[in-house]
Amino acid sequence: MSAPYLDELSHDEHALAGKNEFRQMLAGFRQGDSGLIPVLLGLAALVLYFYIRNHVFLTAGNITNLFIQATIFVLLGMAEIWVLLLGEIDLSIGFVAAIGAAVATILVDQNFHWPWFVAFLLALIATTGIGLLSGLLVVFLKLPSFIVTLAGYLGWQGVLIYMVDKENSGGTVPVQEKVLYNLVYGNLSPLGTWLFIGLLILLGSVFMLRSYRNRRSSGLVYRSIYFTIAKIVAMVVAGVWLAIVLNTDRSTFSVIHGMPFAIPIDVAIVLGGTFILTKTKAGRYLYAIGGNREAARRAGINVNFYRLMAFCLAGFTAGVAGLLYSSWLGGISDAIPGGTYVLYAVAAAVIGGTSLVGGRGKMVHAVIGGLVIAVIYNGMALLSVSVAVEYIVIAIVLIAAVTVDSVARRGNTAR
Amino acid sequence: MTPTPGLQGDNVALTSDPRHSGSGVGASPSDFLLSLRGISKSFGAVQAMTNVDLDIPEGQVTALIGDNGAGKSTLIKAISGIWAPSSGTMYWRGNEVHIHTPRAASELGIATVYQDLALCDNLDIVQNMFLGMEDTKFGLLDEITMELATVQTLKDLAVSTVKSVRQRVESLSGGQRQAVAVARAVMRESKLVILDEPTAALGVSQTAQVLALIKRLASRGISVLVISHNLSDVFAVADRIAVMYLGSIVSSGPIANYDTTSAVEIITTGASHHAASSASIK
Repeated sequence: MSAPYLDELSHDEHALAGKNEFRQMLAGFRQGDSGLIPVLLGLAALVLYFYIRNHVFLTAGNITNLFIQATIFVLLGMAEIWVLLLGEIDLSIGFVAAIGAAVATILVDQNFHWPWFVAFLLALIATTGIGLLSGLLVVFLKLPSFIVTLAGYLGWQGVLIYMVDKENSGGTVPVQEKVLYNLVYGNLSPLGTWLFIGLLILLGSVFMLRSYRNRRSSGLVYRSIYFTIAKIVAMVVAGVWLAIVLNTDRSTFSVIHGMPFAIPIDVAIVLGGTFILTKTKAGRYLYAIGGNREAARRAGINVNFYRLMAFCLAGFTAGVAGLLYSSWLGGISDAIPGGTYVLYAVAAAVIGGTSLVGGRGKMVHAVIGGLVIAVIYNGMALLSVSVAVEYIVIAIVLIAAVTVDSVARRGNTAR
Repeated sequence: MTPTPGLQGDNVALTSDPRHSGSGVGASPSDFLLSLRGISKSFGAVQAMTNVDLDIPEGQVTALIGDNGAGKSTLIKAISGIWAPSSGTMYWRGNEVHIHTPRAASELGIATVYQDLALCDNLDIVQNMFLGMEDTKFGLLDEITMELATVQTLKDLAVSTVKSVRQRVESLSGGQRQAVAVARAVMRESKLVILDEPTAALGVSQTAQVLALIKRLASRGISVLVISHNLSDVFAVADRIAVMYLGSIVSSGPIANYDTTSAVEIITTGASHHAASSASIK
């Protein structure tokens, strides 16, 4: 057991010297905590490749477009992570998102003309309710989530077709309302963009410095302050770059600049999800149930409640994705590829590093995985390669990501 | 239940225990932390436990031994609230209690460490130690308080082999995992810790560590009920022995009343004819 690289981690020891940071990282890597480094390297390689093949790839307009495309994958990936953490799967979220999109789009159209916030709220209630229904079947009838949500995949697709065709026999319902349209096509002002990014960096820094100080003053092992500083610097660099890119005029005819509203919505959901998973009992219990359901039950955790909660959160998150999706496409169609999207969602989660057997995963995995898929999707379109090649490339990236994860994890069975 | 003549031997054995001599009434439940009287459990037509009487004194290690299928697991599951007995009474410090759920057991102060340890491999030591009873501050997890308490508890139990309390449990050895599971029970301020085959999967040095840990628990005033197949472990740590045979406790008493030969005989035949033994047989 006693591997040499763990020797420095005794809890009597305090600040760890710089070289131990690296060893610790290496140890974590061997334990399957390879973290985001391999996938970030992969992402960088993809970006570089597409930039070399076509310089348009890294123009402000295309980057913004890429982020908007990514928001859908990211949100669906996060929806999937809620259930993947439990070792369950939800195959229906693509069409659940579509139901959310349809409810919102139809209720704000010219026939119904309901206020947007009522429509949005009802859409999210509908998708959360669908998640609850799947959850009830899985938890109380003890049906496999794969089958329940496979039925959901088919059934909700049917409901979608019914809803859309009833509203408009043409098979699509266009977005006819400003707020829904603006979710993706409206932008923060350049100043607003700077303020939003600045606020995020400020909150992030305060949070990191505070937790550094708390650990240090409690007498526990703490990582060197340079670790925190490095993270803050990285955050500032990325934030400034992002603000400059998003504030660049990306229209040839008029002036379009600023951060699309889709991004703050996405960020809010990512932060909210991360908050639940890392700071609350509910999040801790989701990990525990995914790791060992029986242990969680014996620890007095209301396992059924938290499993239901995960399915509801998956439905809710899918609903948000649906709103953005409808906005992005300018309407909802009865032929949307909900099946492909659910597979992209699983792929985004897994590429980011979430495990399919449960107990391992973070919201940020969906962010990175969603970006990887969006980069391929977007880059391939710029190279005008066929959909056939695009699917094959995504397949290879998926296998590569899982391989890296599996090889990294092989070193962790110390027993 | 009314004492039958057959029970006299048991009572004699108990009163011969110096800690309880002079009680005058024999095995009164109020003398013990936990007393079972006439506990039976049947699953449909199968009678898994019949009329089990067991006394667990405070601050001592009681070993529950018996062959496979003798009903040991059925018994500890009844004590830890996994299932309710079909009949019989349990007394906690002399008061009748009904332990029908795991929660009721843990509220009394009974913690059970099962053979499979019930740890979450994907969580670290701190997270496992506090699972289900996390410390919070303003409703949010208070990681620092929990980590400090974990470090302190492991230090109190002299568990020094763990490198970092933020290690995932899957990276620990069998003995370390057992230590974490036991430390978790200690941190919950349990009065009675039940250990199911704690050394079954361990090597020699790790077994020694776990046995030392059991003794430290008793020295802290915690009662321990340990199930074991390994008689040398039992004789190394136990203060008292209770032998199960075909769903009943057929013999119990202080460890001094037994030796390995008599214990094996009772385990395998339900009775001892071993001359040197003063073990009480019912």
